[in-house]
Amino acid sequence: MSKMINLTINNMPVSVEEGTTILEAAKKLSISIPTLCYHEDLCVAGNCRVCVVELVGMRTLQASCAVPARDNMQILTNSMKVRQARRHIIELLLSEHNADCTKCYKNGNCELQELSNEYRIGNRLFADLVTEKNYTIDQSSPSIMKDDSKCIRCQRCVRTCSELQAVSALAVSGKGNHMKISSFYDHPMHEVVCTNCGQCINRCPTGALIERNYIDEVWEAIYNPNKHVVVQTAPAVRVALGEELGYDPGERVTGKMVAALRRLGFDSVLDTDFTADLTIMEEGTELLTRLKKALVDGDTSVSLPMFTSCSPGWIKFIEHMFPELLPNLSTCKSPQQMFGTLAKTYYAQRKNIDPKDMVSISIMPCTAKKFESVRPEMRDSGFQDVDYVLTTRELAIMIKQAGINFMQLEDDKYDRFMGDSSGAAVIFGATGGVMEAALRTAYELVTGREVPFANLNITPVRGMEGVKEASIKIENVKADWSFLEGAELKVAIAHGLTNAKKLMTAIRDGKASYHFVEVMACPGGCLGGGGQPIPTSPEIRKKRTEAIYAEDEGLPIRKSHENPEVAAIYADFLSEPLGHKSHELLHTHYKARKRY
Amino acid sequence: METKKLSRVDYIFKPETNCIDTLKKVMTMEKEEFILELIDSGLKGRGGAGFLTGLKWKLAAEAAGDVKYVICNADEGEPGTFKDREILDRVPYKVLCGMALCGYIVGAREGFIYLRAEYRFLVPKLRKAIADLNVEFLKIGLTFSIDIRFGSGAYVCGEETALIESMEGKRGEPRNKPPYPVTEGYLGKPTVVNNVETFVNCVIIAGIGHQEYKKFGTDNSRGFKLFSVSGDCSKEGVYELELGMSLQDFVDEFGDGDTKAVQVGGASGFCVPRKKFPDTIIGFEGIPTGGSMKIFNSSRSMYNVLHNYLEFFEEESCGQCSPCRVGCQQLLKGIVAVKRREKSSPYLDELMKLAETMKVASKCGLGQSVGNAFVSIIENFREEIVY
Repeated sequence: MSKMINLTINNMPVSVEEGTTILEAAKKLSISIPTLCYHEDLCVAGNCRVCVVELVGMRTLQASCAVPARDNMQILTNSMKVRQARRHIIELLLSEHNADCTKCYKNGNCELQELSNEYRIGNRLFADLVTEKNYTIDQSSPSIMKDDSKCIRCQRCVRTCSELQAVSALAVSGKGNHMKISSFYDHPMHEVVCTNCGQCINRCPTGALIERNYIDEVWEAIYNPNKHVVVQTAPAVRVALGEELGYDPGERVTGKMVAALRRLGFDSVLDTDFTADLTIMEEGTELLTRLKKALVDGDTSVSLPMFTSCSPGWIKFIEHMFPELLPNLSTCKSPQQMFGTLAKTYYAQRKNIDPKDMVSISIMPCTAKKFESVRPEMRDSGFQDVDYVLTTRELAIMIKQAGINFMQLEDDKYDRFMGDSSGAAVIFGATGGVMEAALRTAYELVTGREVPFANLNITPVRGMEGVKEASIKIENVKADWSFLEGAELKVAIAHGLTNAKKLMTAIRDGKASYHFVEVMACPGGCLGGGGQPIPTSPEIRKKRTEAIYAEDEGLPIRKSHENPEVAAIYADFLSEPLGHKSHELLHTHYKARKRY
Repeated sequence: METKKLSRVDYIFKPETNCIDTLKKVMTMEKEEFILELIDSGLKGRGGAGFLTGLKWKLAAEAAGDVKYVICNADEGEPGTFKDREILDRVPYKVLCGMALCGYIVGAREGFIYLRAEYRFLVPKLRKAIADLNVEFLKIGLTFSIDIRFGSGAYVCGEETALIESMEGKRGEPRNKPPYPVTEGYLGKPTVVNNVETFVNCVIIAGIGHQEYKKFGTDNSRGFKLFSVSGDCSKEGVYELELGMSLQDFVDEFGDGDTKAVQVGGASGFCVPRKKFPDTIIGFEGIPTGGSMKIFNSSRSMYNVLHNYLEFFEEESCGQCSPCRVGCQQLLKGIVAVKRREKSSPYLDELMKLAETMKVASKCGLGQSVGNAFVSIIENFREEIVY
C-alpha cells in the first residue's frame, strides 16, 4: 500500500495514492478538467496546457495532467485565473486551427470543437494564422489523410506512432511558428514508413488525421444497376459499430449490422469470418507442413517460427523493419483478401456473375486494409480483389445517411454462401484470437481430440499483456503426425507494434524460440484497430474484447474446420488446403521496403 | 531596502593559481559543511532564474543514486548576454574547478559543458584546460572528468531540461517539472545544471569564505555579477559589478547621456523607462538579470525594439506548448495590426491579458517570460506602439 496524499480540490478534501496526478485526483471528486494532449494510452506530454489549474500560493498555473498531487495542496480548477488562461488557450488553438467545422469530416467528434462549444467561444479574439500558411492536405496514402491546417500540435499522434507502434513515421519538426508534425523530410505519407495502422487517427483530437473515406464511391456502386455489390464484415466490426450508433462499448450488434447493410442496398451481405475460418485451414496446414519439413525432412530452408499474416499494418511493419524475417511470414493472404479473391472467382462462378460487373466492399476495423486492398499482390482474381474498404466509422456514417434507425432494427442473418462463420473466426478480432483458433483446429487435426482447455477457451493466449507466451503439449497423436508425438508447441502473441518489435528483436537475435507467433498491429488486436470508433481507451477495448469472446461462446460452431461452408469450398472448388488452387488464390509473398 | 553604490570589483577574471588548493581545502571539509557555506553565502544562480545554488547542490547531494552528473550551462543565448564567453575564454580553469567542486560535493564523477554552437572557437582552449585539469583532479584524489557537448543553436536549450533533452540526443524541448533535474536529470540521473558564472562564484566562495563574500551585494542579491553592457552606451563590454546598485547609477556610468530605457535581463527581461531608473535596483529585490543590459537612447523606436523581441520569441519558442507557440505569434501580429490601424488600440489591452496568460500557463521559463518585455514596453511606451 503506497502512501496516501491529502489535498483539497475546489475546497473539497480528497485522499489519493502517492503518484496520482491532480487530473486523476479531480476525477475522484467527479470534477472533470478539460484536456487535449492527454490520452490514457500515452505518456504525459503536458503541452496543450488546457488542463491548467491554480495551485494556491503559486504564481504559475499547473498542468494537472503532469503534476502529481502533494500533501496540503489547495487546487482550484475553475478560478477566474484558470478560466481566463483556459479561454485564452482555446482561442489560441482555434486561431491556428482551420475551424471550418461544417466542412470537417470530424464534425461532431472533435475534442477542440467540444471545448470551444463548452466555453462558448464566439467572436474570434485573435488573428487567423491558418490562411497565410497555405497548407496542403496530404492525400497520398490510400489509408490516411493528413491535414496540417487542423493540427493543434498536441503530439498525440507522434507519441502513438513512437510509443505504441515503434514506427515514428510522424515526428515534430521545426520550432516556434514553424513547428509542425511532419513525416520524414516531409515526404508524402505513402512514401514513408507509415504502416497505415491508423492508431494516430484514433487518438487525433481534431480532424488533422482521418481515414481516406470511400463512402461516395460505395454509394455510387450500390446505386449502379449494372453492378453486383458484395460486402464482407470483419469480426471486430460487430462489437464496436454500436458505439457510433447509440450503444455503450461492448454491445454486440451483429444482427442489426447485417440488417442495416441489407437496407443500404448491398446485393449480398457476407462475412469475413468465413475466410477467417479458411485462413485457419490454410495457415494451420502451412504450420504443420513447415514443422514436418523441419523436424522430419531436416529441411533447413524452412523458416520457423511462422508468423501470422492477417494484419496488414503488421505486414508493412515487417517489410520495413524486419525484412530479414519475411520468410517466416505465413504465405496466407489476410481473410479480407482471401475473401476478395474468392468473391470474384468462386462466388462469381457459383452465382453466374461476370466478375467485372462485381464490386467487392469490405467493412473493416482497420485503415491498413485500405492500403492492403490496393497492393499489386492483391489482384489474383484478375481484378482488384477488394474494391473499397470502409472502416467501422464509415459504415456508421452510411447508416446515418440512409436514415436507418439502427437501434430499432430486427436482427438479420448473413447471406449464404460465404456467410457462415465459427466462433474461432470471430475471435480473430481480439489479440490471441488467431492463435486460439489455429490451436483449436491444429490440435484436433493432429490428435483427433479437442484442445485440452475447458469449453475450448484457451485462456493463456488471451488478455492484454503486450507479449504473451504459451505452450501446448501434443500427445497421443494420430498416425500421420507421429513426428509430433510428445512435442511441446511453443507460441507467442504480440499486439501493438512496439510489442511486435520487442518480440521480433528477440527472435532475430536468437533469444527466443517459438513455433508459431501471432502479431496484430493494433493494441488489443483488431478490436482496437485504427478504423474503430473514436475514442479508444483500455477500458473500451476491454469491453469490446469481452463482447468478442461472448460472441464466440454464443455460436453453435466454434472450430474453423467444422464450418460447413469451409468443407464445401474444399469439396467444390479448392480441393485441399495448400493445394494448387489455394496457392494461386489464397497465398502471396511480400517484399522488403526501405527503413525510412 | 538595502542598496549599494556602483562599484567595480575584480574576482571573476582575477588570475588564480590556487584553484586546486581551494579544492583540496574543501576536500578536508565535511560536504554538508561546504553546502552550508554555500547556502550562507546567499549565492543565487547567475543564469537569471536565481535559484539558491547551495540549495540546488544540497538537493542533488541528497538525491539517491550512485551516478550523478554536473552540467555547466554555457548555452549563453539570451540576447545581449556575452559574459560567459568571456569567462570561458579568459578563466576556463575556474569554471572547470567549480564543476569539479560541485561533483565532489554532490557525488558526481562526470561533468559536461553544454557549449553554445557559436562558441566552437573556444574548444581548443577548453580542451587543453580540461586535459590539464583532469590530471590535476586525479593528483589530488578527485575522480572527476569533464567533456564538452554542443548546442545546435536553439535558444530554448538554455532552459535546463531542454538542454538535458538535447544532450540526450532528443529534440530540445523542456520537460514537465517536477521531477527536477536534481532528482531526475541527464539520463534520468540526479543532475546539477548551473550557469558558467555560478560555478566560478562557487570556487570564489570556497576560496574566500562566505563571510567575505557576503560583504558584497544586498540581502536578496549577494555578491557581484558580470554585466554584458551593450546598446547606446559610452563603453560597451563585460563589467564585474557589485550587486544592488540602482539603475540610475548604472546609466550614469554606462549611458550615452540620452538614455531613454534599459532592457534589463535580455529579451526575457524587463524594459525600464527613464523615469523609473532611480527606483529600480538591479538585483532580486528589483529587476534581476542574467547579465544582459541593453541601453536604448531617444533615437530608438520602442515599437521596433518590441517587434524585434517578439520576432525572436516567435522563432525561438520550441513550439511545444500552445500558450508560447501561438501566443508569441499573436503578440507579434497584434502589435503590427495596431500599428497599421487594422486593430484599435484597446486591442493592446487584450494582448496584455494574453501576455499574462502566457506568464502563468506556459510550460517553461521561455514562454513564461515573453510577457515581461511585452508588458513592460506596452506599459511604458504605449504611445510608441500605437502611433
